[in-house]
Amino acid sequence: MKLKFVKALAVSAVAATTALTGALATAQEQFIPILSYRVGLYAAGGSGFFGGAIDYFNLVNANGGINGVKISWEECETEYAATRGVECYERLKKKNGGATLVEPLGTGIAYGILDRLPADKVPMTTLGYGRSDAANGQVFPYVFPLITSYWNQAAGMIKYLGDKSGGMDKLKGKKIVHLYHDSAYGREPFPVLEAYEKQLGFQLIKIPVPHPGTDQNAQWLQIRQANPDHVILWGWGVMNAVALKTAARVGFPREKMLGVWWAGSEEDTIPAGDAAKGYTTMTFNTPGNYPVIDEIRKKVYGANKGNLSDKDRIGSVYHMRGITAAMLWVEGIRNAQNKYGKGKVMTGEQVRWGLENLNVDEKRQRELGALNMFPTIKTSCQDHEGSGAVKVQVWDGKAWKAVTPNWVIGDRAMIQKMVAESSAKYAAEKKITPACLPG
Amino acid sequence: MQFFFEVLIAGLLSGVMYALVALGFVLIFKASGVFNFAQGAMVFFAALTTVGLKEEFGLSLWAAIPITMVVMVLLGIATERIVLRPLVNQHDITLFMATIGLTFFIEGFAQLVWGSTVRKLDLPIQDVPIEFVMERTGMLISQFDVIAAIICAILVAALAILFNKTKVGRALRAVADDHQAALSVGIPLQHVWAIVWAVAGFVALVAGLLWGARNGVQFALIFVALKALPVLILGGFTSVPGAIVGGLIIGASEKLAEVYIGPYVGGGIEGWFPYVLALVFLLIRPEGLFGEKIIRRI
Repeated sequence: MKLKFVKALAVSAVAATTALTGALATAQEQFIPILSYRVGLYAAGGSGFFGGAIDYFNLVNANGGINGVKISWEECETEYAATRGVECYERLKKKNGGATLVEPLGTGIAYGILDRLPADKVPMTTLGYGRSDAANGQVFPYVFPLITSYWNQAAGMIKYLGDKSGGMDKLKGKKIVHLYHDSAYGREPFPVLEAYEKQLGFQLIKIPVPHPGTDQNAQWLQIRQANPDHVILWGWGVMNAVALKTAARVGFPREKMLGVWWAGSEEDTIPAGDAAKGYTTMTFNTPGNYPVIDEIRKKVYGANKGNLSDKDRIGSVYHMRGITAAMLWVEGIRNAQNKYGKGKVMTGEQVRWGLENLNVDEKRQRELGALNMFPTIKTSCQDHEGSGAVKVQVWDGKAWKAVTPNWVIGDRAMIQKMVAESSAKYAAEKKITPACLPG
Repeated sequence: MQFFFEVLIAGLLSGVMYALVALGFVLIFKASGVFNFAQGAMVFFAALTTVGLKEEFGLSLWAAIPITMVVMVLLGIATERIVLRPLVNQHDITLFMATIGLTFFIEGFAQLVWGSTVRKLDLPIQDVPIEFVMERTGMLISQFDVIAAIICAILVAALAILFNKTKVGRALRAVADDHQAALSVGIPLQHVWAIVWAVAGFVALVAGLLWGARNGVQFALIFVALKALPVLILGGFTSVPGAIVGGLIIGASEKLAEVYIGPYVGGGIEGWFPYVLALVFLLIRPEGLFGEKIIRRI
């Protein structure tokens, strides 16, 4: 009886381990560690994003892999905590022939492993978060804030608000409240917003919300009293839904609110109910359905290999963001294979080159079944971001809809100057000689 | 002046919401002398179970609430059987550590059963300003917050009767004073603990429903427990009315501080201001406003 129990336990343990580790790596597989968070405070975003990435991996594998090389991965639960994230990175970086790339989806973890990347020769992508100045690949050769950074987003926000007001000059004399998560994340756009305040002559009112932001009566009463023309909501997690509900409670029009892209998912608006109707946010994905998502439905979920337990979340904001990230990683690996040998497993160093030479134009997007799903991307040593374009979406009560048909780009020249200055300061601090790494 | 009163009233109403969570702590502490670290997790679990039953099994809210109540009672009984019973007569810190373990178990178990997605909870109470007040005074007072305050008042009255006017209440107080002495006079300790954990589960359910309807049912609900700590220090760990008065003071002072002091120090002070206030209070009156003064013979 006892032996039977031990046997059953052993079988269960093996089954559980297999399920957790996803596809176990073999010699001919490209290994990607997944530093995910599926429990805890930010689990809703983490499960959607990493679910999307794994769904895309399964699709690539179902289609034969990257020139025959299948993707393997192993998940490690970080709970969004920097210490756990660093531990996960250390545990997985040498596993299965070595990590190809890493995406922690958390600024704290990204900062925690940033300095280790050049020594480990593992590239890190930070889609839409992290250090904005990491766009300079000469100083941060292993960091890729692909698509767009916080600074470009803030510039895009002001550009959109200007356009909405009838021109950038019309922002003069207006009041813009920056309601932010009281953390480094919430303060990241300060330099850009302050520069625009000086340049355009609007009044910027900064109101912090202490973590986690479960009660915002005081902040919204202050906002009501200030009577601003626009409120930028730079929130995260529960703070977003609470902001929307409290705005409704004090009678502030949601149409005047513009959220950061981490405040623009179904997880932010559904809990707020009717209070979220008319609320706009930035995004780097155009909401909608795409051939690649249909293919995932058919080939991945059709084969019962889908990662999301709730199929209604397929194509949601976080899921689509995860698919986008995985698509760009795979493009980076494919790019590296084109240079270093098709059908071979690439090293982290080679994938770094692949990510640094991405060119996902409209033609390539169409081939991938993702035309206009995200902006076109062309990276280089000088520009690890590759785009800087953003879009604005509105919540109609049931789903997100694109507001701006075209991609919005803020003052790129101003942002590039800020990136150059900030990264030069970092290089001086860390005694880095800015240079492009050889291919 | 109108703005001042608006902030003050909003603060008082927020304070009632904090007090609702603090009540759960007071109950357990009164009956067992244990600071139940798991109260926040219980709030989260109760709200998630209600909304989970509603969404996954298609139940109405009115069917899901009593079922959740049963689940919370079972959780209370299981806690007594598995966690507390083996620790009778152990030091308070041992029991406290056990509740920390319980917290992580409940958090993980809740997400394992119901998933980690954010869910919407609709109660038949609208979160809109009361028109009558708005027309007369120009102030925006939330209908939801006022109803929450009324619910809280009813709960406090019921708990006060339970503790002061019933046999069970006397037994609860006896157990809180001394486990061993209570046992020696024939008070069934296990029975009393099971009752009090079940009642704390009910309070967690009420708090979970109101906070969940306000913010969405998500993991962040466990953080409302942090708001209850300064309330307890101020009101006293053993006083039900103290939880209410403490909640009102904390709620009002943190909002007034955020609005009137915050702008001079960079804002965002309401996260730590209640703790500073509680610390100052500890220096003056360590047992809290309504807490029992402990006098020991040397």
